[in-house]
Amino acid sequence: MSDTTLTSGQTSPGAATKERVRAGLGRRHRGEAIFRGIGIAAVVLALGFVAILFTTIISKGLPSFQQSKLHMEVFFDPAVIDVGPAPEHQAGQSDADYHAASLKWQRDLALVNWNRIVEDAIRRAAPEGFEIDSRQALSIPETSERHTLREQFVRDPGLLGQTVPVTLLASANVDNWLKGTIDRSLGDGQQQLSAPARELADIFAQNGTITRDFAWTLFFNVDSRAAPAAAGLAGAFMGSVYMMLVVIVLAVPIGVASAIYLEEFAPKTHLTDLIEVNINNLAAVPSIVFGLLGAAVFINVLHLPLSAPFVGGLVLTLMTLPTIIIATRAALKGVPPSLRQAALGMGASKTQMVFHHVLPVTFPSILTATIIGVAQALGETAPLLLIGMNAFVAAVPATPMDQATALPVQIYLWQGNENRNFFEARTSAAIMVLLALMITLNAIAIFLRSRLEKRA
Amino acid sequence: MNAWIIAALLLVLLSLSYSLGWSKAKAFASGSATATRAHSRPQYHGARLAIWTLVPAIAVLVVWGLFGEAISRSYIMGLLPADMTSQTGPALETAIQRVRSIASGFGVAGELAPYEQDAGDALSQFNLMATLLVVLAAAGLGIAGLLIARSRITPRLRARNQVERVVGILLLACSAVAILTTVGIVVSLLTEALRFFSFVNPLDFFFGTVWQPGFSTTSNAASGGYGILPLLWGTIMVSAIAMLVALPVGLMSAIWLNQYAPARIRGLVKPVIEILAGIPTIVYGFFALVTVGPFLAGFGDAIGIDIRATSALTAGVVMGVMIIPFISSLSDDILNQVPRAMRDGAYGLGATQSETIRNVLIPAALPGIVGAFLLAVSRAIGETMIVVLAAGNAPILRANPFEPTSTVTVSIVNQLTGDTDFAGPQSLVAFALGLTLFAMTLVLNIVALYIVRRFREQYE
Repeated sequence: MSDTTLTSGQTSPGAATKERVRAGLGRRHRGEAIFRGIGIAAVVLALGFVAILFTTIISKGLPSFQQSKLHMEVFFDPAVIDVGPAPEHQAGQSDADYHAASLKWQRDLALVNWNRIVEDAIRRAAPEGFEIDSRQALSIPETSERHTLREQFVRDPGLLGQTVPVTLLASANVDNWLKGTIDRSLGDGQQQLSAPARELADIFAQNGTITRDFAWTLFFNVDSRAAPAAAGLAGAFMGSVYMMLVVIVLAVPIGVASAIYLEEFAPKTHLTDLIEVNINNLAAVPSIVFGLLGAAVFINVLHLPLSAPFVGGLVLTLMTLPTIIIATRAALKGVPPSLRQAALGMGASKTQMVFHHVLPVTFPSILTATIIGVAQALGETAPLLLIGMNAFVAAVPATPMDQATALPVQIYLWQGNENRNFFEARTSAAIMVLLALMITLNAIAIFLRSRLEKRA
Repeated sequence: MNAWIIAALLLVLLSLSYSLGWSKAKAFASGSATATRAHSRPQYHGARLAIWTLVPAIAVLVVWGLFGEAISRSYIMGLLPADMTSQTGPALETAIQRVRSIASGFGVAGELAPYEQDAGDALSQFNLMATLLVVLAAAGLGIAGLLIARSRITPRLRARNQVERVVGILLLACSAVAILTTVGIVVSLLTEALRFFSFVNPLDFFFGTVWQPGFSTTSNAASGGYGILPLLWGTIMVSAIAMLVALPVGLMSAIWLNQYAPARIRGLVKPVIEILAGIPTIVYGFFALVTVGPFLAGFGDAIGIDIRATSALTAGVVMGVMIIPFISSLSDDILNQVPRAMRDGAYGLGATQSETIRNVLIPAALPGIVGAFLLAVSRAIGETMIVVLAAGNAPILRANPFEPTSTVTVSIVNQLTGDTDFAGPQSLVAFALGLTLFAMTLVLNIVALYIVRRFREQYE
């Protein structure tokens, strides 16, 4: 019936509507396409950011994993190294006296003109008759390398008078020059290296005296101010490891315990409601506020040491706690009530029910939440700046109470280094190490979740 | 004292007490079941005994840990000649350290003062005595606790209840940490901020338009301007730019992934976008500094606008990128919660997909999206490392987003980095800034959580 009215009468209202709908259809379909296009554009934009970020970091950082090294014959010239034999621990001598004597010997060694020895080695490696003055020659190896030679001598005083093959780091400027990260066409005035040094570096690179090896120093050295090529991540890495340990040891038990209390034992009162709101808020408090808390309470009131990974770990623990508590509570909420009732029905006490039956089921979720929380803490920088972890530390911390820095803070320190075209690559490399660590942690979390949850 | 000895001692006490309690309870548990049935299983008797043993022992060690240093110091002071102890400062500290070195057997280099050897010997004897005494006291009290508690073990003893009460107290103590953290934050921010306000008038701080904290080296008085308005303005500007980037991109990608994308692509793209959320902000800062800033500056040159490489724009854009996954995953959740029936109703009326989304889905999800938006704003306000590196640190009140600016968080870092001597207003101002930041984000979070929660209940 309606069909006939629709098709027959031109004046019927249905037809007019249909006409209007048809007229607007093209516009509406265009609108649909545009909206969909905007959606795709947004996704492409977001993916593009990920791609650009990673390509930038990787392309900038990759050169840093290689390091120019000098392979030379070094003569430990007795005429230059004139310090006498190393002291030995004599009978009847107190530890302190021996320590003092050995310190004095090392002080004498420090006064030796090691630069002469390095310079001689370079001249010997240079082609016959190559003109280079001593300052220029010394700009080829890294300045820290004279200390490396000294340490080698301290370990083995028998080297005196011998000629041994030694591998030294080339300086950051030589590294830049050979890698092409410096514009070779710049005039003499704008180059860090003098013309003869540049020429010699090129000769060395050709005849194999300088080779480009994998930059182990990046991983096994500590940060260095005077010698950029020797600067490494070892100290920062250990600092981060200590902090992660503190976070794991403190945040996980405390977080899981408080989640258990709140979810299973706490009476539902205004107080527990307040605690809940409070924890949700803590999760959203800016990280720098935790840094302020650490500076005021841990450093100023409790007088814990500045720059210590232990203190950094405490601050990060407080920051990570809400994450772990919220995740654990969600996991506990997900446990089916039948499991609890079954346990209680068998005569278990509430504590037994929770610890023997409910908690084991939630282990996978707790574990993944923990790893994600730790990964978050690993990348945190701002609060660490406030408790002095950006101090320059040239040693691998032996205990969590020693001065140290952390990987993200090291990145912050390196990005601010004046030697830009060298340290931009170093910073990117450090970022790659940090990201690799975080991706590994997250991969472990995903793997554990899929693995354990299937079994449960 | 050697930490290993203590650990070994505690471990011995632990295993001893646990096994004693366990075996005693086991004896009557395996005995005649008809006479008396034990209330608790042997493990609980063991655990109860372990608690009774370890708590006194640990208490002694903690007390020694707290006061031992002071006691040994005052003992050394008694050994030193009077003219030394009357003075203070490095000389006294050196003298004390020397005595300690001698006592430890390491010795000191060079000639010994006549009193030093005697003092060292006396101290080493004292140390030995003290260590023995503490170990004996800890072990003695532990064993006393063990014996008393063990004598009380009977089949009727409610060991499980006692153990569970201790477990309950431990759990409660752990959840108090979160409260203590909040209290610690509020108290430390408030007290230090109040100390700052004793230097600087709060009115000057909250309504001042000049941020120029001077470092007066001669006194602790405030010099220069401590007005927060330039910083607040910078914070708002950077956050607004960040939201202008993050909201459209995040929301539209959430809509596309939720409504249009094939399941396979969604499964692939979603985690990739979420990678952005896991990247440390220092990495974003570096990215802004070396890539985005120069790019924006070059782009500005090309179209004839003067854009600085480190500017509010650079920091805002990169911060927006950081927030995209946050907005998109929250919006995704919220879109999922809109009932299917509402969508189907719109389709039934002949609406296209985009019309359904615009006219039905988004209005229905709007409160949730607003909540997500507010949470993201609070994140942007509190973000530090990106702005530290990319905003240019120029705390000047100006409206041009292409110029460098500074934010509250940047100034906190600048005022407190490496300086934790909270004597002058230069470092204390960080706490006043932190308090402002905390209050701002707190209000935003509470409002956001309230909105999100209200909305969630609507369709359930």
